[in-house]
Amino acid sequence: MHKLLLYIKGYEKQALLAPLFKMLEACFELFVPLVVASIIDTGIKNADAVFIWQRCGLLVLLAVIGLTCSLTAQYFSAKAALGFGTALRKDLFRHIDTLSYSELDGIGTPTLVTRMTSDINQVQNGVNLTLRLLLRSPFIVIGALIMAFSISPHLTLLFVAATVIISLIIWLIMRSTVPIYHQAQNGLDRVTLLTRENYVGARVVRAFARQADELANFVETNDHLKSIQIKAGRISAMMNPLTYLVVNLTVIALLILGGREVDTGNLTQGEIIALINYMSQILLSLLRLADLVISVTRALASGMRVNEILNTRTSMPDPQAPTLAPVAGSPAVAFDHVSFTYRGAGAPSLTDVSFIAQSGQTIGVIGGTGSGKTTLIDLVARFYDATEGSVRLFGHNVKEYSFAQLRQLIGVVPQQAMLFTGTIRDNMRWAAPHATDEEIWAALEIAQAADFVRSKPGMLDEPVETAGRNFSGGQRQRLTIARALVPQPKVLILDDSASALDFATDAALRKALKEKTQGMTVFIVSQRAASVQRGDHILVMDDGNLVGDAPHAELLKACPVYKEICLSQLSKEEVEKTL
Amino acid sequence: MSKPHTKLNRSTIQRVLALIRPYAGSVALTLTLAVITVFTTLLAPVISGKAVDLILGPGQVDFAGLGKLALAMGVTIFCTAVAQWLMNVVNNRITFQVVRDIRVKAFEQLEILPLKYMDAHRPGDAISRITTDVEQFSDGLLMGFTQLFTGVLTILGTLGVMISIDWRIALVVVALTPLSIFVARFIATHTYSMFKVQSETRAEMTSLVEELVGNEHLVRAFGYESRAEARFDRINLDLQKCGVRAVFFSSLTNPCTRFVNALVYAAVGVLGAFAAIAGSLTVGELSVFLNYANQYTKPFNDISDVMTELQNALACAQRVFDLIDETPIVPDAPDAAVLPMGAGSVAFEHVKFRYVPDVPLIEDMNLRVWPGQRIALVGPTGCGKTTLVNLLMRFYEINGGCLKVDGRSIDTVTRDSLRANLGMVLQETWLKSGTIAENIAYGKPDATREEIIDAAKRARAHSFICRLPNGYDTVVAEDGGNISQGQRQLLCIARVMLRRPPILILDEATSSIDTRTEVLVQDAFEELMKGRTSFIVAHRLSTIKNANQILVMKAGNIIERGTHDELLAKGGFYAQLYESQFAKA
Repeated sequence: MHKLLLYIKGYEKQALLAPLFKMLEACFELFVPLVVASIIDTGIKNADAVFIWQRCGLLVLLAVIGLTCSLTAQYFSAKAALGFGTALRKDLFRHIDTLSYSELDGIGTPTLVTRMTSDINQVQNGVNLTLRLLLRSPFIVIGALIMAFSISPHLTLLFVAATVIISLIIWLIMRSTVPIYHQAQNGLDRVTLLTRENYVGARVVRAFARQADELANFVETNDHLKSIQIKAGRISAMMNPLTYLVVNLTVIALLILGGREVDTGNLTQGEIIALINYMSQILLSLLRLADLVISVTRALASGMRVNEILNTRTSMPDPQAPTLAPVAGSPAVAFDHVSFTYRGAGAPSLTDVSFIAQSGQTIGVIGGTGSGKTTLIDLVARFYDATEGSVRLFGHNVKEYSFAQLRQLIGVVPQQAMLFTGTIRDNMRWAAPHATDEEIWAALEIAQAADFVRSKPGMLDEPVETAGRNFSGGQRQRLTIARALVPQPKVLILDDSASALDFATDAALRKALKEKTQGMTVFIVSQRAASVQRGDHILVMDDGNLVGDAPHAELLKACPVYKEICLSQLSKEEVEKTL
Repeated sequence: MSKPHTKLNRSTIQRVLALIRPYAGSVALTLTLAVITVFTTLLAPVISGKAVDLILGPGQVDFAGLGKLALAMGVTIFCTAVAQWLMNVVNNRITFQVVRDIRVKAFEQLEILPLKYMDAHRPGDAISRITTDVEQFSDGLLMGFTQLFTGVLTILGTLGVMISIDWRIALVVVALTPLSIFVARFIATHTYSMFKVQSETRAEMTSLVEELVGNEHLVRAFGYESRAEARFDRINLDLQKCGVRAVFFSSLTNPCTRFVNALVYAAVGVLGAFAAIAGSLTVGELSVFLNYANQYTKPFNDISDVMTELQNALACAQRVFDLIDETPIVPDAPDAAVLPMGAGSVAFEHVKFRYVPDVPLIEDMNLRVWPGQRIALVGPTGCGKTTLVNLLMRFYEINGGCLKVDGRSIDTVTRDSLRANLGMVLQETWLKSGTIAENIAYGKPDATREEIIDAAKRARAHSFICRLPNGYDTVVAEDGGNISQGQRQLLCIARVMLRRPPILILDEATSSIDTRTEVLVQDAFEELMKGRTSFIVAHRLSTIKNANQILVMKAGNIIERGTHDELLAKGGFYAQLYESQFAKA
């Protein structure tokens, strides 16, 4: 946790001055009851008009100084908190950029987004609140106790007792409501779940005419939530009445015990009023402190979550090597007895895989879900490091390349066709910031996307909405293929990226890839036998093992897994027709 | 911090009142308790002021009177505490009861919303209305209302007591207090624009982070890191700049109103002191005044907060009402008959349908399907295959012509009985949060375990279910993590298998199912289709070839129909589609 405190760097002065000025303000506030006491005891008793004016002038002066201090403190704390938040955000963003796929898988990107946004905002708020208020309340409580002591050491015991009892009440109520609020949150989550479920599944619910049952279920969940909330409300409703009771009982005690002191001349009338004032200041501060503790606890929890990410170290630092030249005569990609196990997984996802892909070849990769197809190609691009064996690219181990060169050599089209807000041109330049329009159009042609891009009013300047919503699934896929082609990579990986294309477009795409990308090694990963069958050779994956590595016709004869896949998708005659 | 843009809407308020009406008794009780609380709260300082007047100086303390006043004060504060506690409890009760009522109303609406609405709106919107908006409404409106009520009562009560003690000083307090409201309002209006800039910048930052961090895998794959960082830093700096301003200026409210309060306090001090010297005010009364001067401004500040909160709450209420007010589906005709489980014939007669009124889609569709026939729907994505599902299940209403099942127009029978005749297995598999058994029995909740197992066996799902940790009682995870896509589809098939409807609508998977499960799904589909009329959205040529009739669809229209051989002979779009799979590259 203390690591996060380092982000206050550059704003130490503000972070120190803010609570200091807050304390000053509190000091001036603590003087007010004393001044009022003196007005009563001296001004009124002696009918001294000048004294009264002076003292009231003093009250106004105290208010002005208090305001100044307070504004200064607010300014410094805003400066410090925002400076802190900005630095933390910047660093976290950079840190996320160093994490490898293994770490990203472990953490999950959705939670990274929440930590980056709402968690950091919470922490920033927490810093602001802490600087401004957290120190103020204890200071007022202690200050008021000291002031009370200076007026009457005897009666201070009463103050201490009241303070302890009030703190205890607040603590007990908070402690007993926290788990109930937790339950209520779970109840609310369940309400959200049911709502989402019924909205998304409206077709099925109606198809089976279960609307009434769903409603009954929802009512039951809601009633449950209601009873929890009422229970929590019943307890927290005691906070104000109880503390009010304690404070005013103390006031009664002050009046009676104080009356005795006044009677014996140890105390004045004005001082009694001052003591009552201090008592109410203590109560207000403690109640505010309780609110604050809740917010700060929340900020601490957020801080912990942010810290967790910052403490995650990348398992794959950038080698930052100079650009490597390809070794003459070496294959584009070579796997040598490669095995791979995902972090935390019990069983390997790839076991002892060896194959060679020559420059310019088209390699099909086929197999069922979970058979290791994606894992295989992720190792080519070094998104993960092989657990055993080596992956070589143009004669060098992939670990020897700098990330920059590696990304240049390999173009990836991931399964999910994801586009980014901006224009089509922006998206096409993702991997090649300086690509010309000609290069972009050439890539679009190959990806079978040129036609529909041309038909858009803005052409390359056509805006792309969040996640490419304004394009159909098939269009998105073709654009992501073009995006990978723009920098003219030496190796292109299509990871099941033609699933939304109809057969005709799929075939045209494969044809264009073959004809227009001389020397490019293409990996086509697919579940469709038709998509891979014309590869120079096909890698057949089954449960992490490479069970076939040959052209289509040979595999049909020799590889039972491949044959099974083909026959599940095509009839016997059709399979024969492909030969 | 968004400023409520809707004005206090009279009809919204009326509807809110209508929601509270069933709890009128409780509301009356809480209002009575509020009156008691305010009264006794104001009384306590008056008593302690009187007590102070009995403590004049050495040897001038009236202990007997002090004892009486102490007792009176004890009773008063005890009453306050009890009344306040009861008020809080009753308020809570009303609030959560009303929240529950609105939620149930909104959920009822969810069950009768037309799918047209649901397809056009994202689920997040409806969910936030039913959860967050309702919550904000209850916090703001119901809690706000009692605060407003006690606030106004406190102001009036304080004013009354102050005037009764010394009307001149009271006048000064009344004249000065509004200052704090002006200050608060001044700051609020001037910080509003800063907050707007801040929240806009923050929204910009959030969408950038969602896009880049949310797709961190791609950022890494394309070496986009440094450009991403540059874009991020720019917004981050903007956010810092406008954040400091917004945070600082908004934090001015408290110190500034406190300052005004301090001025009021000093003024009361001076005037009170002089009045005390003149003998028109006792010291105890002065202390009451000072006490009130502090208390008096607080409800004023609260009220300005509460007013914004109330407006916010009404805006939230309006959003919930908007959902409740959406036009629901046309209810079944009063004379709608129950469609018995029939043989399963379907007829489209001059059916016309458009999603958007001025975008033509299905203009004149005619189709006759005999019981037991198998119809394959073929075509590129987005060709309108799902539209047929929408129309057959009557998820959408046709705009013209007639759609008949077993010879009866579907709008003359009840929806539930129509849908009981149709079984549907879609590619987007939807399972409920619950056990496997509950999911299979979804269409027949009273099914016995034997029936469920039998359906699962025929749907080829039994063996994988048995391998799950708790078998049929395994809970399906919310994100479906413990069951693969293909297995989910098997469960959906079992769900339909249990109902034995005469007509089926099946959606073949395009991808993402592993080959082994795919074989099972194929088998299960075959088993399911035995002797039933079926419509299959088909991607696989073997399925297509076995169909009695193939409908080739493009842009919402049937452009070709016939059997596989007929269509191949025709050499049209279908033939092209078929050949493309075998064309040599």
